[in-house]
This record gives sequence, structure tokens and C-alpha cells, in this order.
Amino acid sequence: MTYVLAALLGVVAGGLAGMFGVGGGILFVPVLVGIGLTQVHAEATSLLAMIPVVLLGVWRQNKYGNVRWRSSLTIGIASIGAAVGGAAVAVSLPESTLKRLFGVLLLFTAAQITWRTSRKPK
Amino acid sequence: MRLLLIGLTAGFFSALFGVGGGIVIVPLLLLAGRFELRNATATSLGAIAITAAAGVVTYAVHGAVEPVYAALVGIPATGGVLLGTALQQRLPVRTLSYLFAAMLVVIAIRMLVA
Repeated sequence: MTYVLAALLGVVAGGLAGMFGVGGGILFVPVLVGIGLTQVHAEATSLLAMIPVVLLGVWRQNKYGNVRWRSSLTIGIASIGAAVGGAAVAVSLPESTLKRLFGVLLLFTAAQITWRTSRKPK
Repeated sequence: MRLLLIGLTAGFFSALFGVGGGIVIVPLLLLAGRFELRNATATSLGAIAITAAAGVVTYAVHGAVEPVYAALVGIPATGGVLLGTALQQRLPVRTLSYLFAAMLVVIAIRMLVA
């Protein structure tokens, strides 16, 4: 993968972040692995890359009046300890089983969102 | 209480997989928190800033953070996020919900076959 393609996919990752409220790591990680980083280095670097992205995103969303700050800060602060734990596990564990479990969780969530959306009146 | 559990779950998955945690936070705010989609995604972005910072510090201790590569993908992404948030205000919530679900399915398949 060339650096130009990596940068272009970076733009796409930012677009996903803005549209769907995610960090973009879902795309950052495979791109960084594609340009030669190891899985752990790609994950660590992805987290750094997304900080300016989400800060800019939340600033824009705040202007649109969509941010619930209390909830946002509560979730963020509650996540700190778990994030430290998660990173420590990641550097010491083969993660293929967890990745698959996580995939199942995502499918379940997608099904639930689709079902709820389809039941709501227009 | 629900928010604390969402934070704990998101923090762990975020750092473990190098993602923001939004794919955990947004569905949980929708399903458990009864948030509207735009509020859920906006609130998620703020939480991710804190989660990602905690993850970066931990990974940096292990010497795994590569700032130059972070800039390579992160700086173009700042342009993308401005487009994404602007586009989000113009799309109907129903469409966004289906798109979000579709994105989760694609990611899940990738993770299952990886």
C-alpha cells in the first residue's frame, strides 16, 4: 500500500468518524498494518491518529447542538481504567478468539438496530 | 450506572483493538440509553477523545506509538470528519441507522474471517 492511498483512506476514516460517531480505528488499523506496522503498533498509532479527528468532530457536533456533555464525559472517564487494561492485554495476548467474539457482538448489534429501526413509525 | 458500564466496555474494546470504542458506545447509547442517533454519535466522539488518550499513554509506555504514521492517516482524516459531520446533519435518521448497521456487518465479517 502506498502512502498516498493510506492518506486517502485516512480521509474516508474521518468521514466514517463524522457520520457514525466512531474513531475511525476500524479503518486506521488495517491501513497502518498495510503500510508495514505490526498489529500492536498499528493499534497504538490508530488511537493517536483519532484524537484530533474526534476533537474536531465533537466541536462540530457541539455547534449543531447534538452533544450530551454529561454522558460523554461520564463514559470517557469511566473508560480510562478499562482502556489501560485493554492495552496491557493487547500487548501480551494473541487476539484472534476475542476478535471473532467481537465480530459476533457486532452482528448481533447490527441486527438489533435494524429490527428497532424497521419497527419505528415513519 | 448504565453510562459507567458503557464506558468500561468501550474502554476495554477500544484499547484492545485500537479502535475508538464508538462501535460499542453508539449502539449502547441507542439501545440501552434510548438516545437519538445524532446525539449518540456526537456524544460518542467526546468520550472517544478521553478513551483514545488513555490508550495512547499506555501503549506509549510499551513504545508502540508511531507519531509520523499517526499524522499520515490522522491529518487527512480531520478533513474527512468535517465532511462526515456536515453530511450527517442532512441525511434522515432512518437512513443513517441502516447505514450504521450495514457498516457493523461489514466490520463483523472482516473480523470473523480474519
